[in-house]
Amino acid sequence: MIRDRLGNLLYQLAALLLSFGVVSLILISVDASPWEAFRNMFAGSFGSLRKFAEVLVAFVPLLLVTAGLLVTFSAGLWNIGVEGQVVLGAIATTWVYRFFLDSNLPPALIIALAILGGMIGGALWGSLAGLLKVFGGVNEIFGGLGLNFVATALTIYLIFGPWKRPGVASMSGTVPFPDEFSLPLVENLRISPWALGIALVGIVIVYFLLQGTYFGLRLKAVGKNFRAAYLLGIPTWQYSMYSFLICGALAGAAGAMQVAAVYHRLIPSISSGYGYLGLLVAMLINYQALWAVPVALFFAALNIGSIQLPILMKLDSSLSGVLQGVLVLFVLLASGMQQKFARRS
Amino acid sequence: MNVELKNIHKHFGNVHANKGINLSIPSGSIQGILGENGAGKSTLMKILSGFIQADPGGEIILDGKPVVIHSPADAIHVGIGMLHQDPLDFPPMRALDNFLLGQSGGLFPNRNAVARDFRRLAEQFDFSLDPDSYVDSLTVGERQQLEIIRLLWLGARVLILDEPTTGISASQKSKLFVTLKKLAGQGMTVIFVSHKLEDVEHLCDKVAVLRAGELVGEAKPPYTTSKLVEMMFGKVITLGARQPAQGGNAVLSLENVSLEDVRLKIRNADLEVRAGEVIGLAGMEGSGQGLFIRACAGLVRPVGGRIILNGRDMTGKSYHAFKRAGVNFLPAARLEEGLIPGLSLTDHFILAEEPDGLFIDRAIGQRLAEERIKSFNIRGAPHTPVESLSGGNQQRAELALLQDPLSLVLLEHPTRGLDIESVIYIWGKLKERCRSSTAIIFISSDLEEILQYSDRVLVFFSGKVSRPLDAGKTSVDQLGQLIGGKNWADMGEAYD
Repeated sequence: MIRDRLGNLLYQLAALLLSFGVVSLILISVDASPWEAFRNMFAGSFGSLRKFAEVLVAFVPLLLVTAGLLVTFSAGLWNIGVEGQVVLGAIATTWVYRFFLDSNLPPALIIALAILGGMIGGALWGSLAGLLKVFGGVNEIFGGLGLNFVATALTIYLIFGPWKRPGVASMSGTVPFPDEFSLPLVENLRISPWALGIALVGIVIVYFLLQGTYFGLRLKAVGKNFRAAYLLGIPTWQYSMYSFLICGALAGAAGAMQVAAVYHRLIPSISSGYGYLGLLVAMLINYQALWAVPVALFFAALNIGSIQLPILMKLDSSLSGVLQGVLVLFVLLASGMQQKFARRS
Repeated sequence: MNVELKNIHKHFGNVHANKGINLSIPSGSIQGILGENGAGKSTLMKILSGFIQADPGGEIILDGKPVVIHSPADAIHVGIGMLHQDPLDFPPMRALDNFLLGQSGGLFPNRNAVARDFRRLAEQFDFSLDPDSYVDSLTVGERQQLEIIRLLWLGARVLILDEPTTGISASQKSKLFVTLKKLAGQGMTVIFVSHKLEDVEHLCDKVAVLRAGELVGEAKPPYTTSKLVEMMFGKVITLGARQPAQGGNAVLSLENVSLEDVRLKIRNADLEVRAGEVIGLAGMEGSGQGLFIRACAGLVRPVGGRIILNGRDMTGKSYHAFKRAGVNFLPAARLEEGLIPGLSLTDHFILAEEPDGLFIDRAIGQRLAEERIKSFNIRGAPHTPVESLSGGNQQRAELALLQDPLSLVLLEHPTRGLDIESVIYIWGKLKERCRSSTAIIFISSDLEEILQYSDRVLVFFSGKVSRPLDAGKTSVDQLGQLIGGKNWADMGEAYD
């Protein structure tokens, strides 16, 4: 058992080193110093309190999305539609804010309602992918991908149509909401402790849901063997739907954070691709909720750190994406190899 | 082509599927291969046709020359073509495209020339096949014909047919037989694998019988059916005294039930199962018993008739409704349908209990698992993942998942692949259930098991269901004949 764990760790470590190696080779091929690039990325993410706060800003939605995806992954579903669920969460949050724009309700209540609205919006969008899967026989990957495009189109339509700024519509989004609609931020920083708290609560709930509840056990049973789970008496399609609803709600919460704590309005790329990035994190941690926090933090740091690259080294900031992608591929490869060797011996 | 198999062995893990088989088939003859499910027929034919390789030491000799066959492509290259029970074609494509797929080489096929060959071959055997028709619009019989001419076109001189008469009409069957005789007359070697005694007796120049991986004997015409049956199923061994059931109330009644799937139709079956009774379903795999047992579980919706469970009409209800009414179904495919790989024994027992509440009580789960592991003699620990248990222990684990009390247990091959001790143990457990008024319906391909443990037996043959036979008054020989489709005329009340 302990040897297994140790072996596991060794494989993962090898994957990590290999992916840094591959990215180094890419950097060398364009005459850039890998050492300098990695150092700049590190400095760009952990170099100062302000920078670390930026990392946390990216960490919040990434962690929420990952938490949601752990639920659908456990149910054996590839919820690619998570990206659209983030977007719909943001749209629903914006809608609630707009609805209460002129009301006299206390701002704290409005914020709470807006976040709740975002979760419901994400859950409903998730349930669409679920309905397509359960009743329409549409694979959740195709259904989710389609819904992602619809969600993006819907954002653009709202920004340039019904919710456009007075005068001229703009890619910079809708009119920013008044300051009191924002989740409280740490002074001089962009991070909201509330948002951070919500994300951490999200992952903790998912951890206990999957580890300690009958619901989680049934969900895993459905994910590992749909047919046998049905024969064991588990209402299988209902559990598939529940997982879409939960994941959608958590993704919707991520979208709500983007509006309520970061952008204070709806912008075209409101999800910032955190849905897709969350899929990478979820794949990397392979269902283990415990690892979600460090890995999501690492990925957020890569994203933020790479922002420095164009400025300092004239490298494209998509380098972080390359590193993340390569890392996931190597980790999957490593676990594949490990299983192959385990079978042989 | 003369085909000679020498000392063919094949192991799958611990299973010895072919035990030193020696068989010689002269050119121009039709060789029958007879045997019950799991006797090793398919393994032997797959070795000959390159799907799997025999263990080292065996030889395949064609016309006196040893050959090495590593793949189906190798097989067809040396002239061996196999027609599978489920035709291996591409339904959404045209017949001609299927024809072209197996051709090696050539980037741009000459469709016109191939279409000419296609028509010539089809004409030769009097097959009315249109090269431009889509394969999914063809009947099973026509797909077979397509496959035969495809293999001939590719140069097959040995044709292996695996259960070719399943799922085709009587006229297609007689046409197939005419074709096969014609092919043998042209010097082809035909190998005909079947469990249908009548077909084999009618067609084959020579029959080899396999049992438990061994070639137990060969026979030549005129055939004696009872001799063949004895060779197929072996000597009758009694497993001890039978325990007759006490007559209880009707638990399950099927009234005029009709069932359908892609291959089979069962018409107007009637059955009444009483509390504490054991009903055995006999028949070769795919004769309709699987459909029947799944209908009893609510997993297959009947197209006609009614299913009554404990006096309540359950027709069209879901398996979960059946389950709530006291029915449990244990499928044959343990790791595919019965158990959940990746979950532990404890997880399974917790799930099967259908607990309420939110948080898992690990202590209760642990205690439950320890209890069940002990009382079902499972070699494994509570945290053992089910996929790392041996087959027999998986089977015991499945049985340990049965709820209590139950009015009906449905089992597919409850003891397949298990050693005799496990079989006796498992039936001991099941008979305990019967004493507490649970009725059992089970499928088995082991005729002795069926006669030993059932009170009544239903025999299935190509979707036909026999009337319930009294297990105490039926012999293995009678059952074997019925399974092979013989003597059904005497079954006056058989449902057709």
